[in-house]
Amino acid sequence: MNPASQGTAGTRVLAFGGYQPDKVVTNDDLAKIVDTNDEWIRSRVGIESRRVAADDETVADMAEAAGAKALAASGLTPSSIDLVIVATCTPVVPIPNVAATVASRLGLTAPAAYDLNAACAGFCYALAAASDSVRAGSARHALVIGAEKMTDWIDWNDRSTCIIFADGAGAAVVGPAEAGEPSGIGPVVWGSVGDMAERITIPSRTGALRQDGQAVFRWATTTLHPVALEACRRAGVTPADISAFIPHQGNLRIIEAIARKIGIPRERMADDIVHAGNTSSASIPLALSRMAEQGRLQPGTPALLLGFGAGLSYAAQVITVP
Amino acid sequence: MTDQEILAGLGEIIDEIAGVPADEVTPDKNFVDDLDIDSLSMVEIAVAAQDKFGVEIPDEQLKDLKTVQDVVNFVSKNS
Repeated sequence: MNPASQGTAGTRVLAFGGYQPDKVVTNDDLAKIVDTNDEWIRSRVGIESRRVAADDETVADMAEAAGAKALAASGLTPSSIDLVIVATCTPVVPIPNVAATVASRLGLTAPAAYDLNAACAGFCYALAAASDSVRAGSARHALVIGAEKMTDWIDWNDRSTCIIFADGAGAAVVGPAEAGEPSGIGPVVWGSVGDMAERITIPSRTGALRQDGQAVFRWATTTLHPVALEACRRAGVTPADISAFIPHQGNLRIIEAIARKIGIPRERMADDIVHAGNTSSASIPLALSRMAEQGRLQPGTPALLLGFGAGLSYAAQVITVP
Repeated sequence: MTDQEILAGLGEIIDEIAGVPADEVTPDKNFVDDLDIDSLSMVEIAVAAQDKFGVEIPDEQLKDLKTVQDVVNFVSKNS
């Protein structure tokens, strides 16, 4: 049960954490099982290697690992967290949800806990939901996790998808902004395009992910930069102010095109996909946690997040780097 | 818009997106075989062509446009 809270004018991200499985799968490894090659994969999607979870490693296991790191980095005690949201579209079973299990394993005391499915936009959706809950007083501190085992849903004979998707998890801790400080999580700009739902699907519980790559490519490269620009505008910053751009790591060519159209230099854009693959809702917090570890994030500066994918769904917001 | 103007505009687009010098973009060239342009670059070219010429090239049509002349004809017919 959450303690009574009056809410807060502003919220912020306190810390990040990321987790990747140990097993590395290179493009050359994939070339042994499907008709593809390193050059083709690099040029089409920008991936050099990706991580694949062990057979017995679950979404909850990865979510727990990333959540534990974010929690430790935040300096909060587990009992301070009263809301857990896990963004995932690849849970092993429909119930129980992942969030309550992960909360229990992390030693949290009876937090509100739910899963959220907005596919590759899931982390940005969950971050917005968590921020709004803290702002409204429904929670004081939230743990937001994106976790996916995409490889459970891949047809390893389909060379258009098996080269792209991968496994992993990333997490962030959200809490109230310091008294007198501006909000560190800007207004979310989000939406969906349900009439394009059929472009990315897992058509049955035993099926594999299928996507119409060209249609998704066209949608992503033509309609998402205005969403990102609007998120900047609502946060009161310009693209020139953005110190780091962390788009969903779906395809390097898509995100390079979006960055170009927003007007953000390539060197400020996350390119975690090169060694992480496309981990759906995990990709943004995973990229953030790695950039934080590498010292590539400048605390106190604005970073732009942009999630997009199946649904089709999209969401963007500007956060202040913790 | 004359075919020559469309060809010139297309040359600029292909130069920018695929790094193929505009003077190599001649009507008989096949995108895949001669210019080494892949399907995703074709989508980018189609989007840029829409901005430049005001003609939408849907994905279903795009796969049938094999040569530079095919695109010039499509734009010319639909503009």
